[in-house]
Amino acid sequence: MSKFDFPPSITSRPVYGTLEARKGTQHLMIADGAGAEALLDLANAAPELMAQAHVIFIPRDAGALEEKLRAAGPSILHVGPSYPATVQRIRRVLQDTVMGAQVYLAGTEGLIGQAMNEALQAGIPLAAIQTEHRGSVARRMQCVHCKGITEDVMTDPFVCSHCGLNLFVRDHYSRRLAAFQGVCIDAEDPGEVPEPVELYK
Amino acid sequence: MTIQFNDETFRDDFTFRNSEWAIKRFPFPFHEDSYMYSVNMEQHRGGPAGSVFEKRFDVDEHYISEMRDRALVLADDPLRCQSLPHMTLAGWDLLELIMVSKSEDYPDLFELHRNGNQWRWINKPLGIDDSFTFMDEASLPYGPMEYITRQAQGDYAVLDQRENNLWMDAGMVTTQADWSLDFDIGMNFFEWHAPVPLAHEMGVFKRALKFLLNIQQGSPARRLNWTMTVNPLLDTSPENYHKWGAQKTTLTPENIGRKQHLRVELQTFYRLPRSNALVFPIRCYLIALEDLVTVPKWGRRLHRVIRDLPEELATYKGFIRNRPMILDYLAQYDDGKPTSPGIWPDLDTEPPLER
Repeated sequence: MSKFDFPPSITSRPVYGTLEARKGTQHLMIADGAGAEALLDLANAAPELMAQAHVIFIPRDAGALEEKLRAAGPSILHVGPSYPATVQRIRRVLQDTVMGAQVYLAGTEGLIGQAMNEALQAGIPLAAIQTEHRGSVARRMQCVHCKGITEDVMTDPFVCSHCGLNLFVRDHYSRRLAAFQGVCIDAEDPGEVPEPVELYK
Repeated sequence: MTIQFNDETFRDDFTFRNSEWAIKRFPFPFHEDSYMYSVNMEQHRGGPAGSVFEKRFDVDEHYISEMRDRALVLADDPLRCQSLPHMTLAGWDLLELIMVSKSEDYPDLFELHRNGNQWRWINKPLGIDDSFTFMDEASLPYGPMEYITRQAQGDYAVLDQRENNLWMDAGMVTTQADWSLDFDIGMNFFEWHAPVPLAHEMGVFKRALKFLLNIQQGSPARRLNWTMTVNPLLDTSPENYHKWGAQKTTLTPENIGRKQHLRVELQTFYRLPRSNALVFPIRCYLIALEDLVTVPKWGRRLHRVIRDLPEELATYKGFIRNRPMILDYLAQYDDGKPTSPGIWPDLDTEPPLER
């Protein structure tokens, strides 16, 4: 089961929907991991859409979905090894979009948030961008102290992968950084770090 | 009056002190014996002579030392001052607003001479005499917002207005109560307030936003906000929390009167003429509890407010662990007598403390 209902949260937290086929001049789909399943559901519901679709897929732990995506018959399918390796291509493809383009983002919060930023910076209107969360509920975290980003955080607290401070997951989200905020948990009592608990448990 | 500027620090040895003058004019934030969130806005059209509300941008005895502390913070972390590319015009608006206000309100300290776009700015306390071309960034050593807010006490959030919302798109933030400009830049009004407890449910932010969107040029508004800070530390930033957080554990019954400070923000709101942006100066005033209780009304009232504050707010404001000790201290200054309405000290009419 790749879908997850996020509990009610703060007003800055993104809300994800379910992808649906829309009329458009171009269809750019970006997914990572189990996000491919959301694209496959879309392809099932609207097979004719895929022939016009440019799909960028970062498999992560869902490599088996690559062949299924290919079988859905996208106009272009690019498979990238990681988001950082793929972001230049995403920017280049966004440059080529024209008025009326539709963007579909599916997968982890980190992928959706970062690709959303790229799309908005390229001038795609928010109303033309759909998102669907699938797969890992890990968070992308910015350490408020050193500014380093730690990807795929599954526990609270966690250790900053850059400066090594013990951080708690503050429920505050920046769309610009596509990240939640991590704040030192033992500043007032150095060394007193609670046992990490899995997020959303 | 001529201001005697203090030579003092807001870090390390913490030599910050308030004079008798500064204590009497402290912006005590509680108009009654209890506190809950409210929009509490009023017009910013001056106030009693000598009060912090009198001038548009209050200058006090801490001015030079506060500006020195700001320069230290910026040298350590330049991300405390940021401006998204579309906010430069608002920066010029802000520079004009502060230069015009200060030169009119404090003619003995600041001078502004304008000949078309050729401006000369003299800041006597800081020893600055700069000539520049208004709207030409290359003629100043910093961008316009950074240039002028290195010479003005308080933090400055510059908010773009679009889509019926306000966007935190520029700011100078070195004396903040635990929020990060670098994290919040680009957020709208509801997003940057997301972590505040209780207030969303009360509808406070919706009402406040509606009020702020309608602020007109020439009709600024103001409100007070508050928290508690151990040591007179201006830079209570989340960026440096791992360094200053431990100071909260240094309170003892013996040192609490000297170390525990009430931190009050005088927040003002001005519409800017060219950019239609809103500037939100957040001016921080600190007072040690031992100084605050020299005003009997304030000692009584602060004890009652802190005692009855909901736990969520004491947690959010960051003093839940020290609340019992703060209450033990303040209880000595609350004899149970009634207090007069309003924020003023009322030294001549309020009864002295009865032990």
